[in-house]
Amino acid sequence: MDTMRERYATTVSRLLDDDPRLAVVLAEIGKDGFTDAAQAHPDRVINVGIREQLLVGVGGGLALTGLRPILHTFASFLVERPFEQVKLDFGHQGVGGVLVSAAGSYDWPAGGYTHMAPGDVALLDTLDGWTVHVPGHPDEAETLLRDAAAAGDDSVYVRLSAHSNLAPRDIAPGRFLTVREGRGGVVIAVGPMLDSVLTAVEGLDVTVLYATTVRPFDARTLHAGAGAAGDVVLVEPYLAGTSTAAVNDALGDRPHRVLGLGIPRRELRRYGTIDEHLAGQGLDPASLRERISGFLR
Amino acid sequence: MTFTDVHTAQGYDDLPRLMSLMTGDEKHGPAATSTLDVVWVLYDRVLRVSPEAVDAPGRDRFLLSKGHGPMAYYAVLAAKGFLPESLLPGFGAYGSPLGHHPDRVLVPGAEISSGSLGHGLPLAVGSALGLRAQGLSGAAVWVLVGDAELDEGSNHEAIAYAGAVGLERLHTVVVDNASATHGRPGGIAARFEAAGWSTATVDGRDHQALYEAYTKPHPGRPHAVVARVEAKV
Repeated sequence: MDTMRERYATTVSRLLDDDPRLAVVLAEIGKDGFTDAAQAHPDRVINVGIREQLLVGVGGGLALTGLRPILHTFASFLVERPFEQVKLDFGHQGVGGVLVSAAGSYDWPAGGYTHMAPGDVALLDTLDGWTVHVPGHPDEAETLLRDAAAAGDDSVYVRLSAHSNLAPRDIAPGRFLTVREGRGGVVIAVGPMLDSVLTAVEGLDVTVLYATTVRPFDARTLHAGAGAAGDVVLVEPYLAGTSTAAVNDALGDRPHRVLGLGIPRRELRRYGTIDEHLAGQGLDPASLRERISGFLR
Repeated sequence: MTFTDVHTAQGYDDLPRLMSLMTGDEKHGPAATSTLDVVWVLYDRVLRVSPEAVDAPGRDRFLLSKGHGPMAYYAVLAAKGFLPESLLPGFGAYGSPLGHHPDRVLVPGAEISSGSLGHGLPLAVGSALGLRAQGLSGAAVWVLVGDAELDEGSNHEAIAYAGAVGLERLHTVVVDNASATHGRPGGIAARFEAAGWSTATVDGRDHQALYEAYTKPHPGRPHAVVARVEAKV
């Protein structure tokens, strides 16, 4: 099985052949996946060098001329470093584009905090109208990337990760998938968190919703599945509590409680592997079991 | 594509009166008047764009990156018929489309929303690339930046990249009113030249000199015009 990033390169390379409106902008990172596409479409595969502010500004400029830009680099350099460009060169100009990130919160723990961006989705939450996809498997990444490329002039963020669930699910862009049903509360597993969540809730009488699109938040499915208890646990692969407000909005008409699990604000300052890092952040199945069952008791 | 000739209802001599209709942003007055001749000569003699062609795919683009003090810009747009003179007195008011920084969604003829420094040149690079990718090779992209605005690192990313790839349809005019705090050893043009741009440095009040600098051939390279005006005090 390929990685989400590899699938991204092959999928978008094919889309470039079919849709003359698409253009890819890179800042060195990920360029190897587009070697062939750059030869086939030299004017629509653009590598600006290690210049992330320019990466985003060029994307905005391409969109101003009517193209649909797809921008890619690590989340730290795509959302955090040039955040004002994301805010002004897309939204304030009244144009859209597709941002595709990698590395996310913990993909390269040995690389340390400079290459972690657990706050990316929360930052985009300060802006208007961004769709946010968080696939949990390369097949889902392909579905969501194709949807993003075809989404008119919408602004879309696709958060790719080296962390993946074992099997793909039959997802639909924009909708939560009900993976199992129970009466003792709802657990929302976002993207690559699904496998660990399912292991953690074995034997518990809970509903599990699988979210691969978190903005807009599928309030309807949550509302329908929340049941009488009104207890909701969010398990997100980025900053803990990022979607707590969205849950509160969805359940604003009824008593409810929310527990937001994810990456804490404090720096862990540990290296190692993804699994070790997740355990250190309290997001491995055993830790999740304890925290979820403690909350739903 | 045919471009309708611009019939100037009003001329250069009308600009002071049009600017006087806009009040409330006096702190940006020097910034506003510094760009007056530079913008006028572009719209009067160089740019292939008109009120009838504001959405034409192959039009020339003028991106006002230095969004502070847009009174000269609004005055030129009004003189050229992009927006009605009657909008000018509302400058900065709640119900007016004309802010102290321009918003492309609100201002007819404005290509970008600006105000925050260092965004126009990267957007212009992207616009030039986007036009080229669509085969609209005749369209020119112009961006106006201030000399102090060049302090922003994002501009240096754009200058270095555009020079390296020879982005021929990209043009930058730098209005130099000596307002940068730390300046540039060797002058502004040297920075562009080192990155592979064609350059010209002229008196920013001399219309003929501006025209000649704007239209100087620059095959295979982007072109920067440094327009010197009186120092900001």
